[in-house]
Parts: sequence; structure tokens; C-alpha cells
Amino acid sequence: MTYLAKPKLLRADAPRNTLGYTRRDYEGAISTLCAGCGHDSISAAVVQACFDLDIEPHKVAKLSGIGCSSKTPDYFLGASHGFNTTHGRMPSVLTGAALANRDLTYLGVSGDGDSASIGIGQFAHAMRRGVNMTYIVENNGVYGLTKGQFSATADKGSKSKRGVVNNDTPIDLVALALQLGASYVARSFSGDKEQLIPLIKGALRHRGPAFIDVVSPCVTFNNHPGSTKSYDYVREHNDAVNRLDVILPRDQINTTYAPGTLRRIVQHDGSILHLRKLDTDYDPSDRVGAMNYLQERHALGEIVTGLLYVDSSAEDLHRYLNTVEKPLNQLGDAYLCPGSKALDALNASLR
Amino acid sequence: MSQVKPIESSNDFVIKFANVNGSGSASANELFARAIMRMGVPVAPRNIFPSNIQGMPTWYEMRVSEAGWLGRRGGCDLMVAMNPQTWDRDIAEIEPGGYLFYDSTKSQPRSRFREDITVLGIPLTEMCNREYTDARQRQLFKNIMYVGALTALLGIDFSVVEKLIADQYRGKDKLIGANVNALKLGFDHATANLPCPIGLHVKRSDGVGDKIFINGNDACGLGAVYGGATVAAWYPITPSTSVIEAFSSYCRKYRTDPDNGMGRYAIVQAEDELASIGMVIGAAWNGSRAFTATSGPGISLMQEFFGLAYFAEVPAVIFDVQRGGPSTGMPTRTQQSDLISCAYASHGDTKHVLLFPEDPYECFTLGAQAFDLADRLQTPVFVLLDLDIGMNDRLCQPFDWDDSRRYDRGKIMTAEMLDSGKNFGRYLDVDGDGIPWRTIPGTHPTKGAFFSRGTTRNAYAKYSEAGTDYIYNMERLRHKLETAKKLVPAPILQPASQATRFGAIYYGSTSPAMAEASTLLEAQGIHVDTLRVRGFPFADEIIDFINDHDHVFVVEQNESGQLRMLLLNEGEVDPKRLIRVLHYDGTPITARFIAGRIADALSQHKVTPIRKQVAS
Repeated sequence: MTYLAKPKLLRADAPRNTLGYTRRDYEGAISTLCAGCGHDSISAAVVQACFDLDIEPHKVAKLSGIGCSSKTPDYFLGASHGFNTTHGRMPSVLTGAALANRDLTYLGVSGDGDSASIGIGQFAHAMRRGVNMTYIVENNGVYGLTKGQFSATADKGSKSKRGVVNNDTPIDLVALALQLGASYVARSFSGDKEQLIPLIKGALRHRGPAFIDVVSPCVTFNNHPGSTKSYDYVREHNDAVNRLDVILPRDQINTTYAPGTLRRIVQHDGSILHLRKLDTDYDPSDRVGAMNYLQERHALGEIVTGLLYVDSSAEDLHRYLNTVEKPLNQLGDAYLCPGSKALDALNASLR
Repeated sequence: MSQVKPIESSNDFVIKFANVNGSGSASANELFARAIMRMGVPVAPRNIFPSNIQGMPTWYEMRVSEAGWLGRRGGCDLMVAMNPQTWDRDIAEIEPGGYLFYDSTKSQPRSRFREDITVLGIPLTEMCNREYTDARQRQLFKNIMYVGALTALLGIDFSVVEKLIADQYRGKDKLIGANVNALKLGFDHATANLPCPIGLHVKRSDGVGDKIFINGNDACGLGAVYGGATVAAWYPITPSTSVIEAFSSYCRKYRTDPDNGMGRYAIVQAEDELASIGMVIGAAWNGSRAFTATSGPGISLMQEFFGLAYFAEVPAVIFDVQRGGPSTGMPTRTQQSDLISCAYASHGDTKHVLLFPEDPYECFTLGAQAFDLADRLQTPVFVLLDLDIGMNDRLCQPFDWDDSRRYDRGKIMTAEMLDSGKNFGRYLDVDGDGIPWRTIPGTHPTKGAFFSRGTTRNAYAKYSEAGTDYIYNMERLRHKLETAKKLVPAPILQPASQATRFGAIYYGSTSPAMAEASTLLEAQGIHVDTLRVRGFPFADEIIDFINDHDHVFVVEQNESGQLRMLLLNEGEVDPKRLIRVLHYDGTPITARFIAGRIADALSQHKVTPIRKQVAS
């Protein structure tokens, strides 16, 4: 129950990050989702990523839409302001918030119904506008709160729990994000935290729209044979193209890699993305190649995961708009109001 | 010539220009209006235009009124007929004894004119073709040429128009010479060939004073700059688009950092109205002053978000430049028909703050004040203007600003306050006015964070479906809207010259027509106290005004009497005492209409005006 506070008992030897925070400081209220829900694993991954990155919890704004996934921001980062907005409209509210204060980290959490059905328009436009944010879709292919209807990401031919076959063509949000200009695009699986946590960390340190589609099985309505979003199906068909390690400027790099297996990308803030290639010769700086690869593998029934595309030199909305460095919400009256003299001059020009 | 005597009038008449849209006539017509104002005579111009870019008929109606009546008068004393498509209806519209000015290049049969008007022809096309070779020049200078001819016909000082052109094209000397030349060609031709001046003429006066000439949309944009807005999100829609264009241009002028050229503002053209208002709410939740500008269809689309902002208690400012509805309705015609859809916008029990500016001056002042109110009340505030004020230049008092004024950011709890141990409950009424305190994201490392949502919650912003929590919150919201009654701009009472049992309530762009109607009625011995409503929820004085009169006319520009509905609902007054005076054909309401309806109603109700009672 979310109104129950989580017990704050803390072991004296709990690990602390360089800010002195423990993981507990990044947690939120107790989840009300079903036991085993993939979304809870994603919340845990967000907690771990923020802890690892030494992010001050109150410098994060977490926003969501409506649905099971959109409830989750209540379950992590309890010291952050959160906004559970309307169905499918989180991207616009997040965009406005990001305009008001460019210094916070913006984390948008949404679901496949929220982003691919009712909110596909706002999803698309936030990507193409270059909003500096991490946008996570917790993708389970069904509407959970209304008891298991297909969403727009459900694969054609997949079966609902009641045995109904989905005839509609699925929307691949990763493909859309790539096409629409997101500058950090990844897919992961809630059951693979080793892969997911670094992807969230890389996204949080990325400048520009970072999108992560996390396949997150719904244990109650979409985890049966015939589903293509079940734990078993995703494990069997997961085609991971790379493994990511996020190295902060302060970190010492002491891992060694075999020649030709590593790709090193430096982001604008100095963080380094180490991408270990897996079985393919995948190039994450090639947007068109990424789109092609995705289509080819999807046709074979594979689910491509990993960091699929990154442009570390990307700009963001504030740079496009050329807004002042100081957050707009901190500009005082004197910076905003032109005063009576300017008005007198203006009046004179209107006669 | 006619038997009807030509109209003789100095500084009190209506000129109408019939043009083809996209022909460049708008700036020439505006130049002419400004010339008359430079003569010290008030002018109220109105664009009557189609929802189209090029080729459709458009009219520019200009009321010249030394007395300063700025409402639409109706009728036309001088028609400048430059559009063959609309010739017949334009000719028919001229008042008996009126005047027709036209391009006489192509001869017209007598049957196409009227016997009871004075016809003034000038071969404009022929003159232009002789003077200019370029097609675009021929078109543009034809407009200036007719301005020159009208200058002569109405007895306007040539030097006044000449100076206006010089002011307008300052720094582009080539254009000044060319325009003045065209102006002079028209002026000289009219002087030599037509009976200048005609019965309608402009005499120097001092009726304009220090008034300024600007449209309401520009004034709203300026009000948003002065009101401290830093984020604007919008979607193009007639007739509100120029609010944002003005905000953008004033921001470039006043909000560009002199050191680095960067902007102290952000403007985003969103993908639709839903995203526009979403961005506004996100920015305001995060502590920026933010607004959008829209019209009726946008208001419909934004409904769900208005409910969220109301219930989650997030400030927002919405400029609604109303047009004819329902649906796409009359996009380029004026109406006051969004009151109900704004006052109770969104599902569930809601109520919103509305402001009704009467002219560009109030678009500026109420526009700026809207941001203080939204922050103070933590709720959406709607500035309801309409196309008539929004898109037409209007003479109004000059803008003013008190430099000692500080923005009222409302109840924002700071890190210091949180550290001093203040009890923070996001939805807790600690001050007894229904308004809770809020924190801005990023304020404090450990205190004051909360989760905003559209779902129900307790006073500490924790999710709750408990009936007691819900009722506490709803009653507090009601209380907050009660508090709003005292904060919105007070109504303005104009008592009749004698004690009377009759009143009239009006708002927004009806203002100049109502003032003039009162004078017309007084002249007939009908006395009506008037009250101009400027805000909703209604101040107590408004309900008292109704209770103090036997009958109150509610004058508005929509079909269903939306303000009347609000008054009935909110004031719990007897419906029989509120008499509808409704004008809704898309044109601005006139004094003649209001005075006529009120006089008719009083005679139909067999109500004896007080003057007669006193006399008997």
C-alpha cells in the first residue's frame, strides 16, 4: 500500500555513494503492483542507477502518465518531486518542466498503452523536439489496470490470456524513436538487470532525448504460452547486440578488453560509455543501420536489446531555443519585467 | 443625382473598405485610420475577414467618432468599393444619402449604382498602369492612391498622411518617396476632378489625447512579458495566434540577455492544444510562469488537462481569444461563447477563474495580473477576450506599470522555511483561505518533495480513496474558489443619471457599445444602471447588484446567455429578473442593438420608465 511508509531501518554498514547516500535514500513507497511484476525490477534498476551515479535525489523530477507503469515513480526516489499526469500526456508535461529548469534530471516513465496508443503523438513529438530526458517505457503489451486488453505493442499473432489472437500490426517504439531523432536509444528486459542498470545510467548522463524500451512481462495478464512478452519468450528470443558499462570521469578504468571488442564513447558531460560487442558487428553510431538491423531481426522473431544508437554530440531543446544558462524558474523580477520606462517608449510608438 | 440629401457629418461617420484579401489593402487602410487619429479624431477600425489567405472578400470598417464611441455602429456612410465580387451587396449597404468611392477605369452601367447616393469615381487602375510597370507595384500603389484621393475627399491635411508614411518607412527613403508620390497622384486627381471635400469630413480635434492604438492580442503578449511569463506553449489557431507572435517579438526586444544574446524565455510550438497546455502545466509545476493562447476548439481539447491543473493545483494562464462556435464555427468572427466551457472545464466538480478584459489596455493589465492570480491561487486562470478586441487595433489608454510592484508568487515554501520546521502538507489548509503551500522541485535534499497526481490524496499528497480525505480536499477547493472572489478584479458600476429599478450587466468587448447604448437610452428617458463584470467567480457586489434591481439585462455575445447561466447558477437569483440581450451573428455588438432591445423589452414588459413615473 503506497500510503505505508517504507521502514527506515538501516544497517550501519550499508554502502554509501560519494554523496553519503545509501540505496535506501533512492527508494520510494512500497509497490502495489503484482508480485513478480517486471516493473518492480525496473524501479529497482532506477534506484541502483541513481545510487551508482551519485545523483542527488531531489535534483531528479520523475514524471509519468497513467497505467501500471506510470504508478511506479511513487515506488522509487521518494525524495524527488513526482508528477503522475494524464493518460498519454507525460511527454508534454515533462517538456514544460524541462523548459522551466534545465538543471534537473528528467525521468519520464510510461507504458506501452500510455506511449504507443493514447500517447503516441506526444511520444513522437518529445523525441523529435530534443527534450533532455530519460524516457523509459515499461512494455508488457497489455493494459493491466483494465485487466488484459492488448496494447499497440502486442505482436501480431500473439495470444491473450483468454486466447484471443491479436491481428493488429505492432508499433515498435524503438524504431519510432530512431526515426524521430532520439539521440540515445536502447532496449532491454526487466529480467536482465545486468543489462538494464547500465543502460539507465548511460541515459541519465546523456544530453538529449534518451529512450529505453524495457520489455517487462505482466505476470497476471501476459506471461502465458502464446504471449511474446512473457519471461520465457523474451529469454529465448533476446538478441543482445552489446553490453554497456558506464564509467564516470572520477572512476579509474581497470578492466581490460580483448582488442576489437570494445567501443568507447565519451558523452558531453565526460561520462564514458564502454560498449562490449557481443556476437555481431553492430555499430551503435549508425542510425539507419540500427533501423535496418531491428527490422531484420524482428522479422525473424528476435527481440534486439542493448544500446542500439547513441549520438554523444547531440544538442537538446534548450540549445535549440538558445535559452539562458540560469534556469528560467529562478529568474527574478528584474530579469523578467521591462519596467515603466520601456512601457513609456512603447506607448509613444503606438500613437 | 438623388433626391435624398447627401449626408453631412463632421467627425462622425462610418467608412467601409471592400477589398480582396491578399491585395495589400490592409496596411493602406490602417494608414488611413491612423491619419484620421493624427488629426485628433478617434477611429475604431474593424477587420471583417474570411478564413482564407488570398482572393476572398475582406472588409475594413472604420468608425470615425469625435465623441469617442469605439463600438461598432453599423451601417456605412462611405463605401470604398474595391472588390468587384461584392459590388452589389456593398452598394446595397450604403446608407441613403451616403457616398460611393470606386475605381472608374471600366465604365459601369447606370443600373449598377443607386440613385440615392453620391458616386465618386477615379480611374485608379488606369492611373496605376500609366505610372507603374510592375504588377505588384500597380496593386500596392493603387491602395495608396485611393488613400490619397480619400484624404482630399474628407478634407484631411495632406501633410499628416505624408508624415505618417515618413514615420512608417523611416530609414527606407526610397519607399517614402514612392508612397508619397502615389498618395499625391490620388490626392491631386481627386482635388481636380471631384467635389472635395464631400459632406463627410474630418476636422482637427483633440479627442485622441495620449491614447495608444493597439490590438488586444499584442497587448496580451505584452502583458505576459510584464507578468513574468517565461514559458509559452501553443498551437496555431485563429484568432489567437498573434498573442504568441507578439509575446515572441516583445521577448526578443525585452528578454534577450544583453551579454550573450540568449533568451530569458522559451516558446514552443506544440503538436496540438493538448501538448500546449501539458507543457504549460509542467513548466508551472516546476516554478515557471507559463501560458498558452488558444480559441474555442483548443479549449475543448484541453479539458482533461484543466481538470488535472485544478485538482493537482498547478497554476496556468490561458488566453482564450473567443470566436464563433460551436465546432469550427465561425473562425474569423467574434463571439463570447466559451464562458461555460471555461468556467466549469473538465469532468467532475470543477470551477475556474475567468477574467474579462474590455479592451487592449485591460488585456495588458489583466493579462499580467493573471499570472499573479494563478500563482496565488495555484489554479488555471482564463483570460477571456474575443476576436473583436484581439484582432482589431483599438484606441485605449496608454499602458502603465508601477515599478515598485513585485510578482506575487503565492505560497511557495523555501528550503529555509522547511529547515525552520514548518509543517509541510501539500494539500493542507494552514492559513484558512483554502490555499495550500507548495514546493518547487529541487528545493530541499530531504524535505518537501511530494507526488502530484490527478487521483485523490490526503492533505500530505499521499494516495487516498478515503471519503474523508476526498471531502476535505473538495471543500478546501471550494473554499479556495471563494477566496478567489475577492482576488479577481472587481466589477465596475456605472449608475444611471437617475435612480432606476433597471440594471444591465455586461463584460468584455461589449463595453464600448454598452456605454454608448446607455447614452442613447438616457436620451429616450430610459435609465439603466450598468455593471461591468471583470472576473469569475463572481464578487458579491455582482449578486447584490442583481438583487438591488427589479430587472437586469444581461448583455452578451452568444446564443444561450452564458453569463446569465453562470449568474443564475452561482447567485441563485430568480431567472425572471435576468433578461437576455443576445447578439451572436459573429459581428461585434452595437449600441443601436443594445438600446433597441432594452427599449423593446421595457415596452413589452409594459414597464414604465422611471422618468414618466416621476412626471405623473
